[in-house]
Amino acid sequence: MRMPRDIIAYLQAAPLMAVLLTFLIAPILMIVVVSFWGATEFSIYPAFQFDNYAFLFGSPVTYKVFFATFKYAFITWGFTLAIGFTVAYFLAFHVRTQMMQTVLFLLCTIPFLTSNIIRMISWIPFLGRNGIANQTLISWGIIDEPLEWLLYSDFSVILAFVHLYTLFMVVPIFNTMVRIDKSFVEAAYDNGASGFQTLWHVIVPLTKPGIMIGSIFVITLVMGDFITVRFMSGSQKANVGRLISNDISLLQYPSAAATAVVLLITVLLVIGILLRFVNIRKEL
Amino acid sequence: MEKRPRSFYVLASFFSLFLLFLYGPTLTIGLLSFQGPKGGLTFPMQGMSFNWFRELFEQQAVGDIWGSFRRSLTLGFMVMITTVIVSVMAGLAFRKRFKGSALLFYFAITSLVIPSILISLGVGLIFNQLGFKVHWATSGFGSQLTWTLPFGLLIMFAVFNRFDKSFEEAARDQGASSWQVIWHVIVPIIAPSLIGVALFGFTLSYDEFARTLLTSGSYNTLPLEIFGMTTNVTTPVIYALGTFTTFFSLIVIGLFLVIVWLLNKRRTLSVARTKEAA
Repeated sequence: MRMPRDIIAYLQAAPLMAVLLTFLIAPILMIVVVSFWGATEFSIYPAFQFDNYAFLFGSPVTYKVFFATFKYAFITWGFTLAIGFTVAYFLAFHVRTQMMQTVLFLLCTIPFLTSNIIRMISWIPFLGRNGIANQTLISWGIIDEPLEWLLYSDFSVILAFVHLYTLFMVVPIFNTMVRIDKSFVEAAYDNGASGFQTLWHVIVPLTKPGIMIGSIFVITLVMGDFITVRFMSGSQKANVGRLISNDISLLQYPSAAATAVVLLITVLLVIGILLRFVNIRKEL
Repeated sequence: MEKRPRSFYVLASFFSLFLLFLYGPTLTIGLLSFQGPKGGLTFPMQGMSFNWFRELFEQQAVGDIWGSFRRSLTLGFMVMITTVIVSVMAGLAFRKRFKGSALLFYFAITSLVIPSILISLGVGLIFNQLGFKVHWATSGFGSQLTWTLPFGLLIMFAVFNRFDKSFEEAARDQGASSWQVIWHVIVPIIAPSLIGVALFGFTLSYDEFARTLLTSGSYNTLPLEIFGMTTNVTTPVIYALGTFTTFFSLIVIGLFLVIVWLLNKRRTLSVARTKEAA
């Protein structure tokens, strides 16, 4: 018996659709609904009021925290792009055997499959007051007193972000680069382009889709983060994610939901802009 | 072989530094977890010992580590199996252009880029309002799928974009049913990639934190347990736990890589045999 193609396709897509409707779409709708609810100290009650949004937009803290979130995202994006591009370029154009390429590529991806929290914790012996960095700098005579801003600062937050998320740049950029026809590069050289000119006018434009996909990953991960900022800043810095998680821990769900709605809209706008430059499905 | 340009050496050093940056911290806490009984969270090492590992295995005062490890393991397997099956099915569906495929695709992308805390919050709210208890095997399980499934789907896209359709057409011409084509032609060909999807499914679940935070209920998964420890444990026992779970992840990754390698080897062998026979 042969079923019509469409029905088979729907049956095959049904489980994914079911999971996403239950655990993605419904939760988003729930958050939107609850963002209009009210809250007492102990419970939340259904309502239709704009208090949560009024409070959110009326508070100067909100703007500061959103600014900090963009700042983290932008700086992290810059570093991960520079490092990720260089690493991917090395792997794609300078490593000659495919075997070696695979091994080095795997070395880059393995940390992605281990625990983020452990990877954050592992910076403590480096950056603490008596950590390796300070001890080394003192023994080299570069500084006399331990630097206080290494741990629990913007510096450590961004360091951790770069450490955790550079892989998300390396993988898509590498994936695009290995598919660049090497004859383009040779043609550029044959026509007298310098190494840098070839890089800038041939390789970078052809790598753009990979760069965009990597950027989407890094920017959304950083903008939605709450745990890295909390842990690496010793709760001294804030971003939007922390604003939400603080409200949650105070059981102020409607207020958390309103902030979450604004964060989601912001993230989707940024993605919408980036997606204009790339067709993800074609690039895989 | 032509001589390597100078840029090669510059880039190779950069790459080595990058690897050092990636692995250095983890190796450091690996070393520090062997700290002597009097040692602290940073260097110098006060002798070498297994003290902190012993404490990890003996003392239950640091929390329910083994319970949470068991839960994370079970959940990891649940998520892994579901991710493989659902991603393959969806991958097959997307090869036909069905109505609503664009919408489903955008849902999957949203699932990937949505801040994790929104999933945690939203699922938690729904369960509370419906009067269900959040539990790692129900709400936690579903929340983690919103993170693993898009990865699985993207891998399937990458696989099917490179898939040579002539194999299935040949099978179909010989009278194979759709089910036979999937089971006897497509699945064996994409098997190594499925191992990849499985690896992602397991490890992403095993390490997932943000999406499980409000959805796991009163029994913690291992990452939640570890995070709880960061606020009240000030001895190297936390490094010992970190080293232990990283080591476990590495073994799992290694295992999967060996399976992929074996599958590929078997395939090249059988291809070679077929050629010989022909």
